[in-house]
Amino acid sequence: MSQNGNAIEVRDLQVCYKSLKSFSLKKSLLKLGKNKKEVFHALKGVSFDVKEGSVVGIVGKNGSGKSTLLRTVAGIYSPDKGSVNTFGHSVSLLAIGVGFQKNLSGRENIFLTGLLMGFTEKEIRQRIDEIIEFSELGDFIDKPVRTYSSGMFSKLAFSITAIMETDIMLIDEVLSVGDSRFKKKSYKKIKELISSEDRTVMIVSHNNDTLMKLCTEILWINEGEFVMQGDPEEVIQKYEEFMDNEQAAAKEAQELAKAAKAEKAVKAAKAAREKEEAAKKEKAAKEKAAPKPDKKPETKDPKKESAKAE
Amino acid sequence: MKRFIKDFKKYWRYTKYATKAGLKAEIANSHLSWMWWLLDPICFMIIYTFIAEVVFTHSEPYFPVFVFIGLTIWNFFSKVMTGSVKLVKNQKSVLTRVYLPKWILSVEKMGNLFFKMCISLGLTLILMLIFQVPFSFQLFHLIPVIMVLLVITFGFSTILLHFGVFMEDLSNIVSIFLRLVFYLSGIFYNVYKRVPEPFNKILLRGNPAAFIIEQSRKIILYQEMPDYLWLSIWFGIGLLLSIIGVATIYKYENSYAKVI
Repeated sequence: MSQNGNAIEVRDLQVCYKSLKSFSLKKSLLKLGKNKKEVFHALKGVSFDVKEGSVVGIVGKNGSGKSTLLRTVAGIYSPDKGSVNTFGHSVSLLAIGVGFQKNLSGRENIFLTGLLMGFTEKEIRQRIDEIIEFSELGDFIDKPVRTYSSGMFSKLAFSITAIMETDIMLIDEVLSVGDSRFKKKSYKKIKELISSEDRTVMIVSHNNDTLMKLCTEILWINEGEFVMQGDPEEVIQKYEEFMDNEQAAAKEAQELAKAAKAEKAVKAAKAAREKEEAAKKEKAAKEKAAPKPDKKPETKDPKKESAKAE
Repeated sequence: MKRFIKDFKKYWRYTKYATKAGLKAEIANSHLSWMWWLLDPICFMIIYTFIAEVVFTHSEPYFPVFVFIGLTIWNFFSKVMTGSVKLVKNQKSVLTRVYLPKWILSVEKMGNLFFKMCISLGLTLILMLIFQVPFSFQLFHLIPVIMVLLVITFGFSTILLHFGVFMEDLSNIVSIFLRLVFYLSGIFYNVYKRVPEPFNKILLRGNPAAFIIEQSRKIILYQEMPDYLWLSIWFGIGLLLSIIGVATIYKYENSYAKVI
């Protein structure tokens, strides 16, 4: 354990997806010599601490590297630079639609997931009934996971992580799985888990209200860069402002473009109308001032002309 | 190396459970369920015996047993090889959520096929009774031979597992190569008698599958001693391959998840 009460320490974390694209023999032969390396920086030097027992929400727009961050903390990705230290805590990651072997039954998957989390078969057996009950799967628990609906899938995933308690829980946008009843239940469960002093939780969510209610701290990353960390209300307010601004800016630009277009159209219409009117009046003037047709081409202003005509 | 042993202890229970569950899932949806573990090798033995005896009209003593031993070992070896290539991709859903030393997947695959090989070996004993092959204590020499087979297979498997992640078409190459090795391993003919002089020895020593098959037949059918010199050489090679494979996997495994 760390001396200063940190459960997770992330230092200058950089993760990029580069030249690691799988290749086929043909492709690589064709491309031989002109091999282009595409580098995508998902995280560009993020550093932060998470105190033991705290609940940290992570916000940021899509593609900011939130999921990458969680996976790196969970030890699934290795940092390209920098470090992640979890001080030997057990870590579990809960994310949508991952983690099961589709041909095995739900029960077997509970065992496998539990064993991977570092529990013994005995410990799992003690809790399996609770998991099954919480997941509301009933008889489906002994059917292969591939027959599950997506809701059942996430319910099972959530139940395993919620009941097989690890020191650090990483939750990736799963607070909104299942029907409204299950949602309420899982929300309650999370709250219960969070209230425990020594459990550290990191939550990624787009639901700011939930985050505000659950978290003790919010971390905001934007396009792989650390923006700020601190009090939930403060950060979320800033974040919302930023998002609104971005949206507003986009909207403004759009509106400007629209307005410009509209103005142009109005002008064109006006001009056309004026022309038409002018032509009409001209005609009238011509009829009236038939004896003097020579002057007409020189005058452009229809008002003048009409005045003249009168 | 320390890490290997530590991880092995840590994930041993997972591997065991996963292997069991995998075997169960394989048969869960078929009508004959576990009967397939017996039917599969027996059917292939009949096919190859028919082809060799009737079509090519040449024979070895105890020919069905002869073929059966070859098939048993070959199936284990080749199925681990082909399976290894796709291991990481097939386990995508698990690997993107949890850390797992990737060579554990190799062990799991081998565990699955080793179980089937044991059934086949059991069947071999029954066949020996039927065809009146004499039993003797020689059979215990089979244990080191199987050990060497396991080590070699694990070595190749870890290396294929690593490259399988990055090369999309490795499976095609492996399947072609395995077909070649299949015909060079003397599953249904005697390499020593059929292949002309210098090549037969080279083939028997240089091709691990042929070597192991030949040694097993020597022990089971002819009550001879296995070639312990070459067994230890292959054991060494297998160990070396395993170390290289595991070390490579440790070095790169965290980037696998990014590729898949």
